[in-house]
Amino acid sequence: METDKKIILRAENLIKYYYEPVKFQALKSISFKVYEGEFLSVVGKSGCGKTTMMYILSTMDTDYEGELFISDEKVTGKKSDYLADIRNKHIGFVFQFHYLLPEFSCLKNVMIPALKLNKYSYEETEQRAYEKLDLLGIKDQALKQASKISGGQQQRVAIARALINDPKIIMCDEPTGNLDSKNTDIVVDIFSQLAKDYGQTIIAVTHDKDFAVRSSRTMEMKDGEILSHGW
Amino acid sequence: MKFKVNTDIALTHLLTRKRQTLIASLGVTVGIGIFIFMISLVVGFNKDSDESIFKSVPHLRIYHEDEVCKPLISEKISGYMPVIVNPKISNLSNNLINPDKLISDLKHQPDVVNVTQQVSVNIFYNNGKSQINGITSGVNIVEANAMFDIESVMLAGDIRDLLTTPNGIIIGVGIADKLNIQINDYMSVISSIGVGKVLKVVGIFKTSNSSVDDTKSYINLAVAQQLLKQSSSYVTDIYVNIIDPNKAPNYSAKFSALTGYKAEDWQAANESTMAKKQTRKVMFGSISFAILLVAAFGIYNIINMTIKEKMNDIAILKATGFSGKDVMNIFIKETLIMGVIGTVLGLLVATVLIHFLSKVYIGGDVGFFPIDYEKNVYVAGAIIGMVITIAAGYIPAKNAAKVDPIEIFKK
Ligand SMILES: Nc1ncnc2c1ncn2[C@@H]1O[C@H](COP(=O)(O)OP(=O)(O)OP(=O)(O)O)[C@@H](O)[C@H]1O
Ligand SMILES: [Mg+2]
Repeated sequence: METDKKIILRAENLIKYYYEPVKFQALKSISFKVYEGEFLSVVGKSGCGKTTMMYILSTMDTDYEGELFISDEKVTGKKSDYLADIRNKHIGFVFQFHYLLPEFSCLKNVMIPALKLNKYSYEETEQRAYEKLDLLGIKDQALKQASKISGGQQQRVAIARALINDPKIIMCDEPTGNLDSKNTDIVVDIFSQLAKDYGQTIIAVTHDKDFAVRSSRTMEMKDGEILSHGW
Repeated sequence: MKFKVNTDIALTHLLTRKRQTLIASLGVTVGIGIFIFMISLVVGFNKDSDESIFKSVPHLRIYHEDEVCKPLISEKISGYMPVIVNPKISNLSNNLINPDKLISDLKHQPDVVNVTQQVSVNIFYNNGKSQINGITSGVNIVEANAMFDIESVMLAGDIRDLLTTPNGIIIGVGIADKLNIQINDYMSVISSIGVGKVLKVVGIFKTSNSSVDDTKSYINLAVAQQLLKQSSSYVTDIYVNIIDPNKAPNYSAKFSALTGYKAEDWQAANESTMAKKQTRKVMFGSISFAILLVAAFGIYNIINMTIKEKMNDIAILKATGFSGKDVMNIFIKETLIMGVIGTVLGLLVATVLIHFLSKVYIGGDVGFFPIDYEKNVYVAGAIIGMVITIAAGYIPAKNAAKVDPIEIFKK
């Protein structure tokens, strides 16, 4: 265990119930830590609660028991606008089903979180968005409308968007679900590099064995519990 | 700068749904256009009717009110009550005492623009055997003209001829027609107390208001005093015009106290006209308000629909760090833009409607349709248009701000 490293995310006894259609406990007291610069993959059977957990970690889902800390700050119980700000600055998120704004160009989709952050000028932001798209091999699609590109391309745009604000944590729910092995390799390479060179933390849910093997640690879940932390 | 990205998003939403944007905007356009048009109609109408009133009625009239005889002993003596059986209007003369002082006092009052004195005489106009009755006003024609703009309704002759012709008279066109009198003819008049005079017609006027044209005439003050066998200090009425005729009621009490006589504002003197005016206002006001309401509902509907369709977008924006406030800002901006487009077009539509209607010839004492571009109405219309759109967009935008991204993503 790398004890000298800083803890970037800590979950304490996360419990999540769904009430529709019947009361169902999706997470059963989950506790774990993630260190800065880790490339953590999360695996487990379909329906074991990975997406449920990711939504809580992303601060979007606030309806849970237990506590969540990001960079030592307790985010459980914070106001929604404050959490939105944290997401904007510190968390990049890639959804399981790549959600893009369909009416905007791919470039705009990538730029929007950065324009919201308002750290760089419009031109710089555009420049940076192009760089991220280039990194993922879809620079040529930049000006196409997001609804008019392929699923795999959309997924990569979503990854580019997650990277644009240089977040401390990048959370992905099956980021390579629609990608061929070549593009999966590219994404894995990018993640490894971001973790190693820039100290960014990646938490990625995956069903892809190769992807999991190439991460720095693999956490396994089963029926709403953690089977192994992968230390 | 902070909300620039919100503007960007709002514009993209509007531009990718041009048709809905246009329809919502046109709702406002129709609402505002008709609102401004209708209100301008009322204002134009009222202005016209005021103007025709002010051709013969001053803003305030000061006169000696008729009094019913009262017992001299006013207090009650125990057991007795002073009573006059069958009291009559007192026979005292109607003149205002020391009119010159009253006039100079009134002229020094703030907001007073015009003061003129006159003697009204009930008379018969004669030409040969034919005779019609009417009222003549003994005036200083220059002062009276300053107040009633008699010059503007002159059909023949010049009002200044009355100054050079002491026994001159300016008559309404109805009198001239009925008595078959032309300009420079002589006619005889007899006052209600039987004094007769032969006067030279120096002018004929036409107000297009037949009740005035058939009865009214202007003569010199001195002639009117002679017709009543009164001295040169005899004055029955003092007319006062102030800056804003609509404020006349505020001055009546003040001028009454100042002069000691009754000061009647034109609104009180023309109650039925005022009531008609009020009715018009309420009627047209409620119709246009109803139309505005429909327009507002249209906007509300479209914004609501937009938001329903954009739930996914809202969830994504929130997931990537946009706050509820930002989301609200985006949709308020969309409403605002539609409101501005709709309002601007509405102003144009109103202008076109007013333009065409003002070219419609009605005839009579109205002439062209009395409608005009009223700056205040335009400003009011624009403000109401924007307020209504913002109000209609506010509720759905507020709901959009509350959208929980998780609920959307899990669907
Ligand atoms: N909105 C919901 N309402 C009720 N139950 C839900 C809801 N979302 C998920 N569940 C249930 O919670 C459990 C965990 O779901 P979750 O989506 O977290 O699984 P997952 O591990 O992400 O699966 P997959 O690998 O297929 O994406 C499942 O049994 C699922 O049926
Ligand atoms: Mg899932």
